[in-house]
Amino acid sequence: MEEVRKLSRRDLLRQSVALGTVFVMGTGFIAAPNAAWAVEVKHLKPQTMATLIQMARDIYPHDHVGDEYYAKAVKGYDSADAMAGVEAGVEALDAVAAGRGYGNYLSIGWERDRVDILRSMEQSPFFQQIRGGLIVGLYNQEAVWPMFGYEGESFSKGGYINRGFNDINWV
Amino acid sequence: MAKFDMNDDNVVVIIGTGAGGGVLANELAQKGVKVVAFEAGGRHLPEDYVNDEWGSFAQISWLDTRTTSGNFRLAKDFSGLPSWIVKAVGGSTIHWAGASLRFQEHEWKARTTYGDVQGASLLDWPIDGEELAPYYSKAEEKLRVTRTGDREGLPGNNNYKVFEAGAKKLGYKDVHTGRMAINSRDYDDYAACQQTGFCFQGCKWGAKWSSAYHDIPLGEATGNLEVRENAQALKIEHDDTGKVTGVLYADKDGNQHLQKARIVCVAGNSVESPRLLLNSASNMFPDGLANSSGQVGRNYMRHMTGSVYAVFDQPVRMWRGTTMAGIITDESRHDPSRGFVGGYEMETLSIGLPFMAAFLDPGSWGREFATALDSYENMAGMWLVGEDMPQETNRITLNHDIKDQHGLPTPNVHFDDHPNDVAMRNHAYQQGMAIYDAMGATRAFPTPPYPSTHNMGTNRMSEKPRDGVVNRWGQSHDVKNLFVSDGSQFTTGAAENPTLTIVALAIRQADRIASEMSKGNI
Ligand SMILES: Cc1cc2nc3c(=O)[nH]c(=O)nc-3n(C[C@H](O)[C@H](O)[C@H](O)COP(=O)(O)OP(=O)(O)OC[C@H]3O[C@@H](n4cnc5c(N)ncnc54)[C@H](O)[C@@H]3O)c2cc1C
Ligand code: SF4
Repeated sequence: MEEVRKLSRRDLLRQSVALGTVFVMGTGFIAAPNAAWAVEVKHLKPQTMATLIQMARDIYPHDHVGDEYYAKAVKGYDSADAMAGVEAGVEALDAVAAGRGYGNYLSIGWERDRVDILRSMEQSPFFQQIRGGLIVGLYNQEAVWPMFGYEGESFSKGGYINRGFNDINWV
Repeated sequence: MAKFDMNDDNVVVIIGTGAGGGVLANELAQKGVKVVAFEAGGRHLPEDYVNDEWGSFAQISWLDTRTTSGNFRLAKDFSGLPSWIVKAVGGSTIHWAGASLRFQEHEWKARTTYGDVQGASLLDWPIDGEELAPYYSKAEEKLRVTRTGDREGLPGNNNYKVFEAGAKKLGYKDVHTGRMAINSRDYDDYAACQQTGFCFQGCKWGAKWSSAYHDIPLGEATGNLEVRENAQALKIEHDDTGKVTGVLYADKDGNQHLQKARIVCVAGNSVESPRLLLNSASNMFPDGLANSSGQVGRNYMRHMTGSVYAVFDQPVRMWRGTTMAGIITDESRHDPSRGFVGGYEMETLSIGLPFMAAFLDPGSWGREFATALDSYENMAGMWLVGEDMPQETNRITLNHDIKDQHGLPTPNVHFDDHPNDVAMRNHAYQQGMAIYDAMGATRAFPTPPYPSTHNMGTNRMSEKPRDGVVNRWGQSHDVKNLFVSDGSQFTTGAAENPTLTIVALAIRQADRIASEMSKGNI
C-alpha cells in the first residue's frame, strides 16, 4: 500500500490528537492509534480526511476490516480537483451534526446517531459521491478480499478442479 | 489472412463479430464467400483475459455513452449502462456463461399460445422448432454443448450442490448441471473446464466456446475472411434502387472510409444494430434503413431477470468452479395458473465480491447491506431468467442531444416492465428463496436485474412486412441485400438464454445467403 505507509509509534505519539478512531498529526498525517499505518494528507485538512474515513465506515461498516482500508478507499479525494467539494461536503455534515447538538460528526459516539445524519442527507450529491466511490474503492482492494473469504484470481493456481470446487460437506 | 479492397463490391460485409456475426462470418468463409467483418473493438484472446471482475470489465466492455428511460430499475441503478455487452472481436461471447438451451415448441408461437396480452406486441415467429432443429444440432456440435450429442455434463460445484439439494426438497424434477458450451472433456484445441470460476471474464483455458477463438480464426484460416478490428460501422449506404452498396466506417484513429459491399449483414447486438439502421436514414429512407414498418428499434426485450442470493450458517464458496453451474427447468413451462404467461429458468450464478458489492442491492448501504457481504463466503446464488413481453414502446431511439466520439447520435434505451414481467419476477423470487429456505438459509436476498446481458427483438422477424423488420431468413423486408444476423431479429424472447438460437439462426442464414448468391438473386 503506497499511500498508506508505516511509521513508528514514537513518531505518532510525538505530536498527535485523537479524533474518532484515528489520530490526526499536526504534520499532515493521520494515523492509527497503534501506529500500524498512516496516511499523508496534502490537500484536505487532516480532520476532513478523518471524517471521511469515519463516514466510509458508517456507510459500509465491516467490523473485521481495519481503518487503513477505508483510508485507502477515500484517499483519492485528497486531490486538488476534489478538495473543494469534499471540504464543503464535510462542512455540511458537521453543520447537521452541530444542529443536533454535537460538536461535529466525528465526536458522535454511537454509530446509529451518525447514520441518522447520513440518512438525512442520503440524496445529496456529496453522500452519493462518497458511497458510490466506495463500491470500487473499498471492495476492489485485493487486500480486503481474504477478510470476506473471497479467493480472487485462480487461473495461476490451476483453477479449482483439484482445489475444492465441490468440497462442500454439509449438503 | 485475406485483405480485400475497399472498392471490391463483391464482398459480404458483416458488422459485429459476436455470436451472430462471428458465426455467420466463419460459415460463409467456409463456403467460399468473401467476407469483410467489422468489429468496433480490438482483439483479446485467452492469454489476455484477467481473473479480475473490474479489470476485465474495463478491458472489453462496450462503454460508449448510452442513456436510459422508463420505469425499469436499471434506469435508476445503472442509468449509463443499460446493457452489458462486449466491444471486442468475439463480442459478448467472451463474457457469456455458456448456457445453451433450445426454445420450447410453444415459444415459437407466443401470440397463439399466450393470446392477446394487453400492452404486449406478441407475434408468432415465422419459423418453428422443427425448421430450426437441424441447425440447433449443428450449433450444439459447434459449441460442444454438454448433455447434447455424446457429450457428458459438467461436474457440479459447491453452488450447484446447494441448489440441487434445495430443488429436490421442493419437488423439482428437472435439475442438472446444464447444457453448457463448455468442454466437459479435453479436445485437440482446448482443454476441459478447469473450474477456475471466471467464466464472465473470458475463459483463459478456452474451455468455453467463444467466437473470438473458435469461429473467427477458423474463418480467417480459409483465406476468405478479413476481420477489420477497431473499425466501427457508422452508416450503411444505398443506391437509388434502394439496394445497399457499402458501409461507412471509422478506423481506430477516427478516419472514415467506405467499404463497398454486395450484401450487408448487421450483427452489432440489439442496441447498436437498430441504432445503425436509424443512423443510416437518407432522403429515400427518412425514418431509417429497413424501417418502412416503423418497427426498427421497437419491441426491445431484455428477459425477465433477477437473482436470489442466500446466506447459510456454513461456507459455500460459490465462486469456485463454473459461474453458471446448473439449471432447474420445471418453471419454464407455460402455465397461466401461476398468474403470468410464459415461463422462466433458474440457473446457478456466482459473482465475486467486487461485483457482489455493486449488484446485490445497488444504492443500498449501512449495516443491513454490509452484514450481507460479511457472509459472502457462506452465500449461494442463482439467476432467474424468463420470457418478457415485447412492447412497442420499449425501444431504442436516437438521442440527438448527446453525440458519440464520431459525432453520431447515441442510443437511448427505454424500458417499462410489463405487469406480466413483474408477476413472473415475484413468482421466481418466491421460488428461489424457497429453495434456499429448504436448505436452511438464514437470510435471502431477492436481487434486482443487472445491466442487460440478453438484448433482443429490436429488428424483429415477421411473416408480414408491416409487423417487423426482417423475414424468416433475417433478410430485410424492404432491402433485399440487407440482413440482420444477431439477437435483434428475435420475434419473442422465450425463457431460454438466447445465444444457441442466435448461433443456429446464423448457420441457417449462411446457407441461405450462399444459395441466394449462387442463384444470382442477391
Ligand atoms: C455476462 C454475460 C453472461 C452471458 N451469459 C449467457 C449465457 O449463459 N447464455 C446465453 O445464451 N447468453 C449469454 N449471454 C448473452 C450473449 O453473450 C449474447 O446473447 C450474445 O453474445 C449476443 O450475440 P450478438 O451477435 O447479438 O451480439 P454480441 O455477441 O454482443 O456481438 C456484437 C458485436 O458487434 C460489435 N459492434 C456493435 N456495433 C458495431 C458497429 N457499429 N461497428 C462494428 N462493430 C460493432 C460489438 O463490439 C460486438 O463485438 C451473456 C452475456 C453476458 C454479458
Ligand atoms: S470455470 Fe471452466 S469454463 Fe469457466 S472460465 Fe473456468 S475453465 Fe473456463
